Amino acid sequence: MASLNWPRSIVRREGWEHAAGRLQAGELALVGLWGEPRFAHMAVMERETNACAVLSVECDGNRYPSVGRVHPPAIRPERAVRDLLGLEPEGLPDARPWLRHGGAYQFLLAEGESLHQIPVGPVHAGIIEPGHFRFTANGETVVRLEERLGYTHKGVDSLMVGASTDRAAALAGRISGDSTVGFSLAFAQAIEAALEIEIPSRAVWLRGLLAELERLANHFGDIGAVCNDAAFAIMHAHFGLLRERVLRTADACFGHRLMMDRVVPGGLQCDLPPDGDRRVRALVAQVRKDFPELVEVYENTASLKDRTVGTGTLSPALAQQYAAGGFVGRASGRNFDARCTPGYAPYDSMKFEVPVVHAGDVNARVWVRIREVEQSLALIEQILAQLPTGSICAPIATRPDTGVREGAALVEGFRGDIFAWTRVGSDGRVERCHLRDPSWFQWPLLEAAIEGNIVADFPLCNKSFNCSYSGHDL
Amino acid sequence: MRRLLFKSFVQGLLTEPAPTIDDRALAELAARVNQASHKRLGRALSIREVDAGSCNGCELEIHALNNVLYDLERFGLRFVASPRHADVLLVTGPVTANMREALERTYAATPDPKWVVATGDCARDGGVFAGSYACVGGVSQVLPVDLHIRGCPPSPVALLKGLLALLESVTAEGRRSA
Repeated sequence: MASLNWPRSIVRREGWEHAAGRLQAGELALVGLWGEPRFAHMAVMERETNACAVLSVECDGNRYPSVGRVHPPAIRPERAVRDLLGLEPEGLPDARPWLRHGGAYQFLLAEGESLHQIPVGPVHAGIIEPGHFRFTANGETVVRLEERLGYTHKGVDSLMVGASTDRAAALAGRISGDSTVGFSLAFAQAIEAALEIEIPSRAVWLRGLLAELERLANHFGDIGAVCNDAAFAIMHAHFGLLRERVLRTADACFGHRLMMDRVVPGGLQCDLPPDGDRRVRALVAQVRKDFPELVEVYENTASLKDRTVGTGTLSPALAQQYAAGGFVGRASGRNFDARCTPGYAPYDSMKFEVPVVHAGDVNARVWVRIREVEQSLALIEQILAQLPTGSICAPIATRPDTGVREGAALVEGFRGDIFAWTRVGSDGRVERCHLRDPSWFQWPLLEAAIEGNIVADFPLCNKSFNCSYSGHDL
Repeated sequence: MRRLLFKSFVQGLLTEPAPTIDDRALAELAARVNQASHKRLGRALSIREVDAGSCNGCELEIHALNNVLYDLERFGLRFVASPRHADVLLVTGPVTANMREALERTYAATPDPKWVVATGDCARDGGVFAGSYACVGGVSQVLPVDLHIRGCPPSPVALLKGLLALLESVTAEGRRSA
């Protein structure tokens, strides 16, 4: 049985190609593309109505019509599906592997006078995840950047097959550690949609609290890191302190600094302790005191703004085409936030704004984060004010009579919308689960944003995107 | 900004006192280092972090070691950009098949004497990813490991304890052989 919020239909090749055409025309947004033996799936959202759907096409002879052929955002997902399942996207212009490594990799050519290449990674100079960047530069100016990812590929989709919901939840929480709450929430909502479980209202509200704390911690880290990459270390120090305060509050309230494994199918693994309300309020008060002063420093330091304004500009057209989520999309005019569209509780009972700017540069992505911090603080206060009492977890009953069930969910992690799709067998085990990190549709845009910038501004651009390697590589 | 700088100047030190050394980690390390002969090292240890396929949770906490509250460098431990400058490889992740060669090359590029610290539950035995076709499963499958720091991810305090244990042992060993 397919999920109600994301109905799945098995379409013929013509139907699949029709959807690809609508993606190309910009009528649909690509939410995800994945596969299983014999079937390719894609999740789409209609731009006008926000209607969501999952389409599946049977792959006769392990082949299906390529979507990436007409809609570039599907190229990397299709290359990944080919690597993982051997399903061949007919007409895909890129024959190279993506997640499967081994053997020589043919980087795209950039030819011309005085061009040179700079290979970077997979082991980078800083404490960051592994990936390879191939720059072609003319002097200081980047002519082309090509990413090669997949170094952190752990085979998560395959580990999900046959896993108990507990084990699958643990895996979901470790797809991208910085977004552990977001992924756990997406997975839990998908399971709850599949099994039609209604979770206690206290759990719904506390999940919102965890998600907003995670957003705060990451935004603080990112803003500080962007300033640090512009050689403005004092901001990095101050934002590092703010981030640490959030993590310590999370640890004191939920027993884990990153709040890993706290959101589980059915609700929450632990309740807010008696002194939790006071601790979170103290955190909010502290941030409200310190944050504006730091924002003022950011805004009024010419040498810092000189590095961020006009650097790494992403055009609104590309953000729209790739349906880029999070601050990447919202800094380039794409007004989308999964907390509003399709929306989920408790956000439907709260007042908040979705900040959108149009400049599309590093500065814009910093400002979206700054504004989101302010919104998250207000959301946390609303959650504490309205937090219902009661239990925090509903039992996950396996109902053998209902057979195989499917569910999907779209939630807003700090980085953007995380999509989850799962099928649960009649024995209660996960038959299939695919979790799509927002980075899938942000990484390709970084290649576009860096073009024409100087090599030395790449760390700034990269940090302002802050895509996940692990979330993407699965 | 002048106000912020002045405040930073007068508010006093935020950095916290050092944690006590983790006995278990120290014992594990002592056993390992006693087997091998080590050349004398200065007190400063240079660390090269290598993500061998982690979920990035460990990286977040390793990053936190550099924040003002933990301030790793006061212990003579610092992160360096190249394995050629490193004494210690701090390795995270279940060692994905795709990162194996890069990890081996990083180790080969690190001058002797060198130590490998496997950080986090994944680096120990693959963690939740153990058994995957895409993971080798634990740093010790690929490199000789001197110390494991457990946790998913290990907290900054746990990391600090493990690294301090390493430092104490290395300098003690160095003094003995001098």
